[in-house]
Amino acid sequence: MKIIVAIKQVPERDARIRIDSSGKWIDLQDVEFAMNESDAYALEEALQLKEAHGGEVVVLSAGPERAGKTIREALAKGADRAIHIQSSDEIELAKFDALGVARLLAAAIKDEQADLILTGLQSDDLGLGQTGVILAELLGRPHATLILKIEKTETGLKVLRELEDGWFQHLELPLPAVLTIQSGNTKLRYATLMGIKKAKTKEVKTVSVADLAATSSDPVVLLDAVKLPHKQRTTQILGGTPAEAAAALVEKLQFEVRAI
Amino acid sequence: MSSVLVFLEIKDRQISRLSWEAMAAGHALGEGHGLPVDIALVANRDNPILQTIHGKAPRNVYAIDHTLLHDYTADGYTAACSQLIEHVKPAFVVFPHTYQVRDFAPKLATRFNQVLISDVTGIETHAGAAPENPVPPTFIRQLLQGKLNAEYHHAGEGVCFVSIQAGAFRADEPEAGTTTVEPFLPKLEAAEIRVQPGEPFRASAQTVDLNSASILVSVGRGIKEEANLPIVQDLAAALGAELAASRPICDAGWLPMERQVGSSGQTVAPKVYLAIGISGAIQHLVGMKGSQCIVAINKDENAPIFEVADYGVVGDLFEVVPALTAAVRKAKG
Repeated sequence: MKIIVAIKQVPERDARIRIDSSGKWIDLQDVEFAMNESDAYALEEALQLKEAHGGEVVVLSAGPERAGKTIREALAKGADRAIHIQSSDEIELAKFDALGVARLLAAAIKDEQADLILTGLQSDDLGLGQTGVILAELLGRPHATLILKIEKTETGLKVLRELEDGWFQHLELPLPAVLTIQSGNTKLRYATLMGIKKAKTKEVKTVSVADLAATSSDPVVLLDAVKLPHKQRTTQILGGTPAEAAAALVEKLQFEVRAI
Repeated sequence: MSSVLVFLEIKDRQISRLSWEAMAAGHALGEGHGLPVDIALVANRDNPILQTIHGKAPRNVYAIDHTLLHDYTADGYTAACSQLIEHVKPAFVVFPHTYQVRDFAPKLATRFNQVLISDVTGIETHAGAAPENPVPPTFIRQLLQGKLNAEYHHAGEGVCFVSIQAGAFRADEPEAGTTTVEPFLPKLEAAEIRVQPGEPFRASAQTVDLNSASILVSVGRGIKEEANLPIVQDLAAALGAELAASRPICDAGWLPMERQVGSSGQTVAPKVYLAIGISGAIQHLVGMKGSQCIVAINKDENAPIFEVADYGVVGDLFEVVPALTAAVRKAKG
């Protein structure tokens, strides 16, 4: 089975948030980056499928040069090769909306004839949660979202999908297909020293955004500004030493909230 | 004439709470742009659920009906909804931001060369603009797990697709009015539906009802290791509270799934919700922001949990929680 895993490099979860001078994104100086969490689970599912059924795992990522580090991490974990859609700077990709980015991804893999495309259910930075579904529509393939488990069957795949409020559902779908993967259902592997060494020699094909952009279109959804959120409630911060803060909190819970 | 078309979702044989909220958002858009609001849902025209539609009266209710829509599939719903949109030609299409909508609405929007503006928390219409030069509404959605708000607008002449986050809009009170139900029978072929859905099921019987607890002590990633759980268990015991958790804790198997709060777990509204080491990702907040009093203990003062908290302690939970347990025991004598 040939599997493409679309991964994204995103700011680390505890990255410091300062709005940059454009007012449209955060200042990336001093920000550390990591593989998007649900994409890491998509990669893990792909590697497990390959171990069980053979085949090839190809990593696909769009981002500036720095995304190369996350791509190498995926190769070190066991992916076979990678396609890096490289932007010339930090803002080139921001000119595309979700459909535009999905068109770049689709164009980059059009000759790959993959059996399965996996990606995380949403990114931790923009949180659009759409790339996989749009990609499926562009490629004319069936899809399923929020997938926790993948089993190969005679005719295609049987997958476990998460529904709301603790409900689940099995789905069967033919290949080729696109799945978006929910985090947390399996343990992520670490790259071994051998894996890290091997990753250095694995193929990373770099395509520039500009080369693929002709296949895209003007964005229909535009981001105008980012702002720090205003508080929905007034938070009373209880300061002092841990013991002082704890005593103050208990007093609030006792005499204002009347819960103790 | 152009319009706002709101798609409602049926869950547990009722129109879901999120659907009423999406309908309120649809009316806000309609009023801001002087457009009538239509409603659509997948149901037979004689379905008694249609008689429960309340809030501000819509112009039309479209009952989308086809045997191939009895079980949800992305292929079936996309085809049916796109036919209705071609028929009604709305300016705006509004959805509740549910798992089902996340599954098919991006595909539907793509079919119109559009992009769904997903998980919207606020809409600002710009009514003051000249009629010949209308300004598109500003849609607000959250980025970076709720740490930033972003303002978006839709460009061009095409249909604008939007989904509304749970709890972002208040459902409207009922108003008297007349509504006509119009059946809409899409043309669907069985071969178009490529995915075969199974029956939904629950993994295990729920033995813990988080909703019956008046105090919940909820723990998140900040606890770091399973071996550290006793410090929050002690606090819960001292308070007479139930223990709850955010998703990563249940995924790791440290606490059972039935104690999970958030969009994929339970929605709770206790008297007091103590969020310990929980940063407050959107998926968690939608499950607990209706609590009467929210207390957050977190080392990151910028954690989004503080946006909804009434009381906050910025500090190391490994110091603050034991101190709190001791203070609670002392207060209870």
